[in-house]
Amino acid sequence: MAKVTVDGVEVEVPNGASVLQACELAGREIPRFCYHERLSVAGNCRMCLVEIEKNPKPVASCAFPVADGMVVKTDSPMVRQSRRGVMEFLLINHPLDCPICDQGGECDLQDQSMAYGMDHSRYHENKRAVKDKDLGPLVKTVMTRCIQCTRCIRFAQEIAGVPELGATARGENMEIGTYVEKALSSELSGNLIDICPVGALTSKPYAFVARPWELTKTDSIDVLDAVGTNIRIDARGSEVLRILPRLNEDVNEEWLADKARFSLDGLKRRRLDRPWLRRDGKLVAVSWQEAFAAIAQRLQGLSGARIGAIAGDLADAESMVALKDLMTGLGSPNLDCRQRGEKLEATRRDFYCFNTTIAGIEETDALLLVGTNPRHEAPVLNARIRKRVLAGSLPIAAIGAAADLTYGAEWIGDGPAALRALLAGTHGFSSVLSAAKRPMVILGQGAVARADGAAVLAAAWEIAARFGMLGADWHGFNMLHSAAARVGALDLGFLPGPQGKDVAAMLGGGVDLLWLLGADEIDTDAIGAGTFVVYQGHHGDAGAARADVILPGAAYTEKSATYVNTEGRAQRTAAALHPPGEAREDWKILRAFSDVIGRRLPYDDLDAVRQRLGEAHPVFTRTDTVPRLACTDMTGPAGDSGGLSDAPFVPFLADYYRTDPISRTSPTMAECARTFGPALMQAAE
Amino acid sequence: MLSDKDRIFTNLYGLHDWRLAGARARGDWDGTAALLARGRDALIDEVKASGLRGRGGAGFPTGMKWSFMPKQSDGRPHYLVVNADESEPGTCKDRDILRHDPHKLIEGCLIAGVAMGAHVAYIYVRGEFYNEAARLQAAVDEAYDAGLIGRNACGSGWEFDVYVHRGAGAYICGEETALLESLEGKKGMPRLKPPFPAAVGLYGCPTTVNNVESIAVVPTILRRGAAWFSELGRPKNAGTKIFCISGHVNKPCNVEEELGIPLRELIERYAGGVRGGWDNLLAVIPGGSSVPVLPREICDTVLMDFDSLREVRSGLGTAAVIVMDKSTDIIKAIARLSQFYKHESCGQCTPCREGTGWLMRVMYRLVEGRAEPEEIDVLEQVTRQIEGHTICALGDAAAWPVQGLIRHFRPVIEERIAQAKTRPMPLAAE
Repeated sequence: MAKVTVDGVEVEVPNGASVLQACELAGREIPRFCYHERLSVAGNCRMCLVEIEKNPKPVASCAFPVADGMVVKTDSPMVRQSRRGVMEFLLINHPLDCPICDQGGECDLQDQSMAYGMDHSRYHENKRAVKDKDLGPLVKTVMTRCIQCTRCIRFAQEIAGVPELGATARGENMEIGTYVEKALSSELSGNLIDICPVGALTSKPYAFVARPWELTKTDSIDVLDAVGTNIRIDARGSEVLRILPRLNEDVNEEWLADKARFSLDGLKRRRLDRPWLRRDGKLVAVSWQEAFAAIAQRLQGLSGARIGAIAGDLADAESMVALKDLMTGLGSPNLDCRQRGEKLEATRRDFYCFNTTIAGIEETDALLLVGTNPRHEAPVLNARIRKRVLAGSLPIAAIGAAADLTYGAEWIGDGPAALRALLAGTHGFSSVLSAAKRPMVILGQGAVARADGAAVLAAAWEIAARFGMLGADWHGFNMLHSAAARVGALDLGFLPGPQGKDVAAMLGGGVDLLWLLGADEIDTDAIGAGTFVVYQGHHGDAGAARADVILPGAAYTEKSATYVNTEGRAQRTAAALHPPGEAREDWKILRAFSDVIGRRLPYDDLDAVRQRLGEAHPVFTRTDTVPRLACTDMTGPAGDSGGLSDAPFVPFLADYYRTDPISRTSPTMAECARTFGPALMQAAE
Repeated sequence: MLSDKDRIFTNLYGLHDWRLAGARARGDWDGTAALLARGRDALIDEVKASGLRGRGGAGFPTGMKWSFMPKQSDGRPHYLVVNADESEPGTCKDRDILRHDPHKLIEGCLIAGVAMGAHVAYIYVRGEFYNEAARLQAAVDEAYDAGLIGRNACGSGWEFDVYVHRGAGAYICGEETALLESLEGKKGMPRLKPPFPAAVGLYGCPTTVNNVESIAVVPTILRRGAAWFSELGRPKNAGTKIFCISGHVNKPCNVEEELGIPLRELIERYAGGVRGGWDNLLAVIPGGSSVPVLPREICDTVLMDFDSLREVRSGLGTAAVIVMDKSTDIIKAIARLSQFYKHESCGQCTPCREGTGWLMRVMYRLVEGRAEPEEIDVLEQVTRQIEGHTICALGDAAAWPVQGLIRHFRPVIEERIAQAKTRPMPLAAE
């Protein structure tokens, strides 16, 4: 530890910390443009200059290491003079087009110029202009505003792992760009908008849409993948205008995946805003009463065994517990949430959770990926893996279809054969795993959504057991989900009961009434012709197209609901606005319907539903935290690892940008799929 | 005045054979093994005792720089990097060493390498020096063939490799850390310091970057002894130095002289005097384009060494003496330098990237007098805002010439502005 005096305040900081960190510890805010906590230090903007006693020149505090006994002044005349000078330099070639700049109101340069800017310009020459670059459908560039802080270059290189941005030319003519004009091929590119301290990189879909002070800000949770990224929903009136990440060191740090950020225009399109009923093969708009009556009529005389329910990828825990209670009341054991036949086993929580936790990834020393492409299935989690990779010496082996994960991985096979080789110790990576102290395995949905999924699950557990991943202080067995609803559904036991039918059985004519709670990933063509389908959800997607009755529900931005992320962390969204038209929050729909058929669910408000949730599983009572699991019981899942086939693992997500009803509806995501899709195809050839 | 027996660079003008045989005849590679056998500490102490200061511009004591290298290797190799990216306008001394006396440099590399525990030296040659790099490479090949460097350099048992690397022609790559970046294959942009190269340098290993001349004089210093070298010159400014005299003199030349020689004597004795006589002198830039210009009154008496020039608020720099007679438009001359620095700024940090362009534009307006008298003060302030606020010294180098101009020639600028105001305003609309 080093003792540093900042403006008379003495603080103790660890050796190797920067002067800037010491200043922050002492409660002094240091202006900066190029410095960012999560990026390497560039020290080029020169805004963070401070005075250090016995140093003749001001020093860049972001890059200068502390020393014991250092005396720092952050507000001396020399410091103020230097910062004013730097600010003047930054502004001489900055266009000052704040009135038409989307960064206006949340611009670091604007804010700092209030403190250090002059009230007039002394620069009478022509200003520099820089040609804009086309970085694809998400990030808009106005390069004349660029102050060359190089945060974007460092982000692309270090966090996103796509070294595609760089600076060309030198001096005044230095420009940020992609060398050869191309769209930035990262699933995290939207974060460039956040880290750009000026208006050079802004959101293309959000261009000229709103000013920050007009927006209502609601803290919520993203549900378009299973990471549970913390977000802030910015809405105006009845529209969500943008989605930004929120800081959560345990989950997403401060990053947000592109799908989560830019799918929001899908929230306005193809919405189910009133109940519909199929009459003579055509859907007609009806009232809630008529819709409920039609379902109630169909239910009459049906035994519980002929009724089924499937919960989709975006379903919240409240509605799932209500649906489960409703089905139980009707005597139906036919429940399932594994839309694509994932052989998940819910007998124990650590069979289906990301037990290491996302933050725990940073402690691992050997990683095995099985049937997963985390870059697409959970980009933010992938960034955490990359962070660990950059920290040094992390051997990674992957089994499945080879892909660019943004870090180096050894592809040791495309199917379960590689699992057998690891178990038999015949593959070189076995010894790496054996030598590792905290190895971990990540099992993707692509590994279990197949006929021999249970065997793969069992084999992966055996690997975990065999290579010391299951210990008293370390649980290295991880299931990576790609659906936000899944862990919650498994916690609630939204699975076939005794003699209950699973998804495949329900679809193939196994039930006469099928209740789809936002289930759009099932093969709707397989639903028996005689099956009466109730679709409850918010988008006119595959499920609604097949439905006999459509009950309009609320999207995640429109309800306060609980989701459990892949780690098993329960988090709550908050309603940023009201559901459109006659749509209602999903648990209320189920509660209302239960009343119609005389099987009233025993809860009247959200608190009561949540109490019921808490009874179903204690995880729902402790939101936002996740205890690090220790493995106390080495007994594995029920599957037999001897049943492994030789079929290669196929990627679970065909197209990162279109995985759910919201993103499939989003024009921005369609544009992304067009931009990035064909290129990926070409690369594969 | 330096007597011929005390000259180090005896083939500065290329009158003799530059090859190994010629170099040996001049005394190079004589008893190198014995020098190496003195051991690391003795070598560094001798260089320290000689008072040799770095010849690349900053004048940092060479022996002390070497002593910053870790005494014990922690497993990382040590590197010696020789800065032959000589691009400072007015400077052309390293070029003559490279092409006329390359063996002095190679022998110096070996000795310096032993002194700092380095087995590898990289010589980073300015991209435009194609022929010089070719000749240096030929000399390196000769040295390898003769067993002077290589697996068992000079029979000392020390393994030593020398690599010649050509730059791509950027002034900024002469800054030591930008040079390292460039050598690593990256864009030549100066690194933040600390850490200094002696701790984390080339490829993250301890590295010392020295100027060509600093390294090339080392063998002779060791052979003749530190006492000999330190007696030359003035206290704290010991030894000889190659001066590059250019501009409005009758015989522009490179010449090796003792530090501390009066500027006037240097010009008149070696360069044939100022064109039109000493009274026709307007100003001198004494140390390459980066240092402030000196008006004639100071040139009359100033001595050419680090400390004397610092006293008159200029610097010895690379000892490139640029002489300007009264036919010179001093504002235009400095404006041209501002243009150079604007062109060569790497663009990494704000004050230099933005400030050098600002300086250049105002300077060129001042050339025509299209400015208000107050703008001279603004210009001065802009130079102060650049100076000392940047990662490397290029910002300072861009600021100083303008500061020197304003300090000594402000009346000239004011007169130019006043003149411009008397000119009738052109009627643009007609």
